[in-house]
Amino acid sequence: MAGSATAALEAHKLVKRYGAHEALRGVNFAARPGELVAVIGPNGAGKTTLLSILAGTLRPDAGRVESPNGDVGWVPQQAALYRRLTVEENLLLFARLEKLGDPRGSVEEMLRLTGLEERRGDLVSRLSGGNQQRVNIAIGLLGRPAVLLLDEPSVGLDPRQRARLWEFIAGLAGGGTSVVFTTHDIQEAERYGRRLLVLADGEGLFDGSAEQLRATVREEAPEAAGGDFETAFISYLQHRGH
Amino acid sequence: MRWLLLKDLQLLRRSPLQAVLLVAYPILIALLIGFAISREPGKPRVAFLNEIPSGARIAAGDGKLPAVGVDKRICSQVECVDVADRAAAEAKVRDGDVLAALILPADLIDRLNSLGTLNPETPEVEVIVNEENPLKAQAVDDRITALLSQANLFIARQIAAEGGRYLNLIVDGGNFDVLGQPVEILGLRASASILKALRPAVPEGQRAELDRVIRFATLARDNLDVAEPLIDRLAQPIAVDKQSISAPTPPLEIFAIAAAAALTLTFVTLLLVAGSLALEREENTFARLTGGLVSRGALLTEKIGLGIAVGLAVTLLMLAGLQLFVDLEWSRFGLWLAAILLAAAGFACAGAALGAGARDVRAVSLLAFMISLPIALLSLVPSGAVGAGLYDAIRVLTALFPFKPALEALTAALDPAGPGIGGPLLHLAILALAYAALARLALRRFATT
Repeated sequence: MAGSATAALEAHKLVKRYGAHEALRGVNFAARPGELVAVIGPNGAGKTTLLSILAGTLRPDAGRVESPNGDVGWVPQQAALYRRLTVEENLLLFARLEKLGDPRGSVEEMLRLTGLEERRGDLVSRLSGGNQQRVNIAIGLLGRPAVLLLDEPSVGLDPRQRARLWEFIAGLAGGGTSVVFTTHDIQEAERYGRRLLVLADGEGLFDGSAEQLRATVREEAPEAAGGDFETAFISYLQHRGH
Repeated sequence: MRWLLLKDLQLLRRSPLQAVLLVAYPILIALLIGFAISREPGKPRVAFLNEIPSGARIAAGDGKLPAVGVDKRICSQVECVDVADRAAAEAKVRDGDVLAALILPADLIDRLNSLGTLNPETPEVEVIVNEENPLKAQAVDDRITALLSQANLFIARQIAAEGGRYLNLIVDGGNFDVLGQPVEILGLRASASILKALRPAVPEGQRAELDRVIRFATLARDNLDVAEPLIDRLAQPIAVDKQSISAPTPPLEIFAIAAAAALTLTFVTLLLVAGSLALEREENTFARLTGGLVSRGALLTEKIGLGIAVGLAVTLLMLAGLQLFVDLEWSRFGLWLAAILLAAAGFACAGAALGAGARDVRAVSLLAFMISLPIALLSLVPSGAVGAGLYDAIRVLTALFPFKPALEALTAALDPAGPGIGGPLLHLAILALAYAALARLALRRFATT
């Protein structure tokens, strides 16, 4: 686990149960300022549950979350937007609900940052999936949070939109924002995640860089070490019984 | 919370369908109700063919009654459309120009007159109808039954009156025309007086016989005096003395307005709140909003507030529209407000409970219709119309939904007649609180699924 002395976001021994099913089993996690952390794992690993708890939209059954540097911005997997409002109206609504000092100024800033200035008057329902996701992220960034949580942000985007999105996210991290994202795309996690958190069946299996994960695979499943990162990752999970 | 409210109003403005629902619907309802209650129930149009020969008279004892009164009487109850013959009557019925065709056959008077003979025949009128559906068939049957009852009553009264005139002639005496020649009738009263005057001149031995005749004439006169009202009563032997055990009821048009207002509130408020809450889930914004921006309680309050505000505006709009047709008591505006606000609160909270339990707007709209429409209809079922057990079940079921207390509160607010407004308002307040609590509970599930 990353050192917690300078963490922008920390989670301790998070547990979440849905009836008899344990979605998270004592997961620890921390993200430093400016860090890009990818949370990866098979379906049902607990990725979205972890992000929802970190965002404060879901209460854990045990454990705690701390964000000493301020607010946590959250961008859910599916665009959480009012489709019959315009881009600007959506941003302005959430800026007002966040009680920002200068809501219109914040909206202008986000429109500039996300390159949506020319689409400000368009209804969200008329935007492409990529642009909807940009509005979705812009809302998460309105309060200029110290930590931004993105749940599968690139789902449904074409390669060009995806590249622009990651460029934008990398820019945020470069500016000091801690970015934590989940993804099913292992190559994407390797390429953009400075750190990887591997979850499987609600357990934290690995926390480190992509290189460290490769080194672990070489150690635990040497037969898969020569393949691509996705093959190595699958072998790692199988070796760990998942 | 005000930003959320403004957002919801903005969303309403953006949806043409909802705009139609919220603005056009109450105006349409107001116009329909207004036209319906501001006009006399129109007389049904009936094709009328009178085949009775002119000059035919209904027999009454030795005399005859003119038959012309019968058709006049019938045509005062319906709008008679004179037709030339049977074929024309049938064509008018088939084309829907008239509700039915009534034919008085040529032998009707003869048959009526035969009732007083040793070979009575049944007088019949002919009715041609087009019973294209059960409702129309029932309506036509009811109209014809009522029409014939009135015609029969009219004829019976005419005969009774004529009979009474003859009785008076027998009792008091007078002149009577026979074949155009006046004939003097002495009468029982004068007969008895004459006999009494002659009595002293009659030999003693024959007076007992004379006394018997005098006594008969006196008794007959006295008893026939009371026979005239008796004959009149025979025309309509049973009269109705209606006594209501309930409080006075408001006029039918007030009840119709209250029902329309309650129905408007049901659909507008219930659907709006349920749909608006479900929309937060459909748009995935519920988690984002309640993830620190607003509390679930505040979100619920906003939705209920939206429903109450829109419900109030739409209902007042409808009442203002109805003012064109009916004089409403604007001096009772305070009571209107109380009734509309609490009714809207009841429906809004019920809508919130539905919206919190459904996953999307379409599902919740369907659910709202499926629940509210039958309950609204059941709420209009009067006691005695169904079996006692079933009525008790309906009472319990309708008491759990705001429609019936809303209808009662609105009726009481619009008109002072009838039961008070306190009970229904309390009922609505209890329902609003119960549904709000249910919605709050459902929202917890909303957040975790």
